[in-house]
Amino acid sequence: MRPQAAVAAKVFIQRDYTNGTVCQFQTKFPSELETRIDKQQFEETVRMLNNLYAEAEKLGSQSYIEGCLACLTAYTVFLCMETHYEKILKKIAKYIQEQNDKIYAPRGLLLTDPIERGLRVDVRERGMVC
Amino acid sequence: MSAVMITRKVRKWEKLPGKNTFCCDGRVMMARQKGVFYLTLFLIIGTCSLFFAFECPYLAVHLSPAIPVFAALLFLFVMAMLLRTSFSDPGVLPRALPEEATFIEMEIEAANGNVPAGQRPPPRIRNVQINNQIVKLKYCYTCKIFRPPRASHCSICDNCVDRFDHHCPWVGNCVGKRNYRYFYLFTLSLSLLTIYIFTFDIVHVVMREYPVSHLCSQKEQTGFTVLEVLVCFFTLWSVVGLTGFHTYLISLNQTTNEDIKGSWSGKNRVQNPYSHKNIIKNCCEVLCGPTYPSVLDRRGLMQDDSLVSATCAAPSSSSSSNATPQTTKTTAPLIPNEHTPDDAKPSIAASAEKSPSPKEELPPALKLPPLASPETDAETSIAKDKTH
Repeated sequence: MRPQAAVAAKVFIQRDYTNGTVCQFQTKFPSELETRIDKQQFEETVRMLNNLYAEAEKLGSQSYIEGCLACLTAYTVFLCMETHYEKILKKIAKYIQEQNDKIYAPRGLLLTDPIERGLRVDVRERGMVC
Repeated sequence: MSAVMITRKVRKWEKLPGKNTFCCDGRVMMARQKGVFYLTLFLIIGTCSLFFAFECPYLAVHLSPAIPVFAALLFLFVMAMLLRTSFSDPGVLPRALPEEATFIEMEIEAANGNVPAGQRPPPRIRNVQINNQIVKLKYCYTCKIFRPPRASHCSICDNCVDRFDHHCPWVGNCVGKRNYRYFYLFTLSLSLLTIYIFTFDIVHVVMREYPVSHLCSQKEQTGFTVLEVLVCFFTLWSVVGLTGFHTYLISLNQTTNEDIKGSWSGKNRVQNPYSHKNIIKNCCEVLCGPTYPSVLDRRGLMQDDSLVSATCAAPSSSSSSNATPQTTKTTAPLIPNEHTPDDAKPSIAASAEKSPSPKEELPPALKLPPLASPETDAETSIAKDKTH
């Protein structure tokens, strides 16, 4: 009997730079996943991730207050406080975990957290067990 | 004939390519050449020590005790900003892992089509539209990625850095997205500190020459004062000038790198697509924007498989089956090029010796297109070896 072996093939979802250097991913549906997952589902996931990253990098009063306060304390305040971006990254990790458990793992797919790949690509591994 | 694989847990920073030095178990990240950084530290600490030792007692008594207190606060702020700039990750982009590099190569080849033999393939450039302007993304042959907009490869540190400004030898590190604001605050506060010390040195000398109070007016040694004045005078021109230059860049949301290359200037050039066209907004974004996380997981743990004894020159299929643990490196592979540290090369050579044969056993679906360097092929074929 042939021993089980996992063959992981990867699909890379590229960054979308149309709005500048803000972290956004392309919602274009990769052709390799056509048979594996619903297009709407995929686009919904990527759109939600994009929203979360946009919230992390938003230039609003909260980020300004955080920046000024940190500057006044010579950035020592971050020794005891988490930055806004870090809080959102935790939210993103949780969301990806949740999506993997509910939607992607049952279809034999795995969504990788972009922070592990340098916020460059969002890797989708296709695990096939033979 | 036997090769013993030893697996041990190491921190990821130990296996990062590039020419950085790490201290405090990966918490501190700097460039290799630190000589000028030590000079900076010496000049700042030395001048301030002389000021606190020789000027401050006199000024505190004859003018106000607030003078040394404010100087001390300013000095602490300057040191904090300097150390923060020097020790933090400037925004290094990790190199592409083999699968990503392969994927990108495949995309490039698909885009180029068939290049006739003997002709040079077209340069690897990707055009993206940013805020209705066309920006060209260049391919980095060292890191095997298309650089994001505003990123550049620093040849001194051998890394691609996001929003690369410049490599500053005075702080011993690159200045990029993550530490630009600390660098700017360092130059700004150092300008203020230099002006402050310079001013009070002059005040001190004048007060000693022309005493205004009935208190003792002995002309004590002012040699150290003269030394401080000299250091401050020469520092002033460079640091204040640099602060002014960076203030100008920030107001336009440009980097030093873009300014030097003239990316956004000139008649036929693209206008800066990153600028908000509003000075206040540009300053707020650069100085008070969100603090970006480091994408280099320096202190994460990973498995390190290393061969203890070398295999013989002609590998057989039995020796390739001994390679049971798969290289589970999750950081970028040590792709040998002219920049790879020499100690990395023997481990790659050893793994390349082991496995020329598994290439033919690869199923057609996993056949790898030719990559930039043959050693990368060897590493990926070790990964695929596990399937057989």
